[in-house]
Amino acid sequence: MRLNICNGTQKFMLNKIEFLLHLADNALIIGHRSSEWCAHGPVLEQDIAISNIALDYIGQARNFYQYAALRLNELPPESSVFNLPATEDTLAYLRDANDFKNHLITELPNGDWAFTTLRIFFFSSYQYFLYQQLIQHEDAQIAAIAEKSLKEVTYHLRWSSDWVIRLGDGTTESYQRMNTAINALWPYTQELFQENNFLQPAKNILAQIQIDWNEKIKNVFEEAGLPLPEKSIQHKGGTQGFHTEHLPIILTEMQLLQRAYPNCEW
Amino acid sequence: MEATFNDKVWNILAAIMDPEIPVLSIVDLGIVRSVEFNHQQPIISITPTYSGCPAMDIISMQVRMSLLNAGFELPIIKQILAPVWTTDWISENGKQQLKAYGIAPPIGKSFEGAFLEDIIVPCPQCNSTHTLLISQFGSTSCKALFKCQDCLEPFDYFKCH
Repeated sequence: MRLNICNGTQKFMLNKIEFLLHLADNALIIGHRSSEWCAHGPVLEQDIAISNIALDYIGQARNFYQYAALRLNELPPESSVFNLPATEDTLAYLRDANDFKNHLITELPNGDWAFTTLRIFFFSSYQYFLYQQLIQHEDAQIAAIAEKSLKEVTYHLRWSSDWVIRLGDGTTESYQRMNTAINALWPYTQELFQENNFLQPAKNILAQIQIDWNEKIKNVFEEAGLPLPEKSIQHKGGTQGFHTEHLPIILTEMQLLQRAYPNCEW
Repeated sequence: MEATFNDKVWNILAAIMDPEIPVLSIVDLGIVRSVEFNHQQPIISITPTYSGCPAMDIISMQVRMSLLNAGFELPIIKQILAPVWTTDWISENGKQQLKAYGIAPPIGKSFEGAFLEDIIVPCPQCNSTHTLLISQFGSTSCKALFKCQDCLEPFDYFKCH
C-alpha cells in the first residue's frame, strides 16, 4: 500500500497500520498454504490437525485486518491511494502482491510433509516468542489479539516440534526428507528477525526473539538428531513487498472471485 | 424497568446453544461478556473461543434473531477480545452438560503450560482413566481427540485453553 505521509501523528499511525498488515499477511498466507492440505493430509487425524491450524491462522489474520481497517478508516482519505473505507475483505482480497508484507517463508509452496511441518515449526517458534512480546504492547487491541493467538500458537509449536522430532529421529528416508527441508527453508529464516521501517521501534524485541528462537530450534534439532545448518545465503524483501513468484499465484487463486465479481457475496 | 429487561435478555441468551456443541448455551460457555442498554436497544458483547472460530458469525446472527423475535429493538452485537476467553469461563453446569453429551470437559485451570500428554482425561462414557491421546486437534478448534482403552470409544476432549 502506498501511503502519503502528512504529519508526525499520522506517520506513527501509518507505521502501526503497516505493522498490523504485516502481521495479518503473515497469518493469512501461511494459513492459506496450510489450508491447501485440507483433504490431502497423510492420515485423517493429521488432515484435521493442519486444517485446524489453518483456521487458527486465518482467524488471527481476520483480527489483525479488522483492526488495521478500523485505523485506516480514521485517516484522512487523501493520505491513502487505497480504496476507503477499508474492511478485512478489501485488505485481504483487493491488494496486489507488492502490497503484501508477509515474510517469504510463509509463501513458499508446501512441498512434502517434512517441508510443511518444518515450515510451521520455524514460523510458529517465531510467532510464539513474538506474541509473548506483543502481549505487553502499548496498544491494548494488539495486546489482546496477541494474547488470544498465543494460546493457539502454543499448540501449533508443540504439534510441529513433535513432527520435526518424529521425522528427524525416524527412518532413513524421513531423516533425509527433513534434512532436505532444512536446507531448503533455512535461507528464509533470518528474514524473520530483520528490522524495517515499521518494525524499527521493535529492534530490541527482534534481537531477543532471535535469541529465544535459536535456542528453541537448537533444542528440538538436538532431540531430533538433526544438524543445525551452516550459515547460508539469506533471502529477504517480503516485508518491503518484494516477493517470490509464488505469492502472485496464491493471490490469483485466493482473490479470483472478488476480482472477477467485485463485491460478490454468498 | 431496565432490570427486568436485563433478566429477559439473559434468559433469551441462555436458550441459545453453541451451534457446534448444541447442549451448551452461549452463557454456560462463557462467551457472553456483557449486556447493556442504549435506552431500550440491547448491546451484547461476545468473545470468541478461538480466533478462527467459524461459529461466531452464526452466534451473532442467532442472538440478533432471538432478541428481535422477543420484540427488542435491533440489538448491537459487539465482538470483543479482551479479557481473553479461557476454558475457566465455562460454568460448572456447562461442564456437566459437556460430559453428558459425550465430550470430556476441560481439566484443571486454563492453560498453564500443561500439555495433553501430561494429563489424564477420564472417558466421558465409562469414566475410565485408561485413555489415550489420538490427536491434539479434533473435530473443532477447541477439541482434541482421545480414545478410551477400556470401552474402546473414541471421544472429544474440550482442550484447556
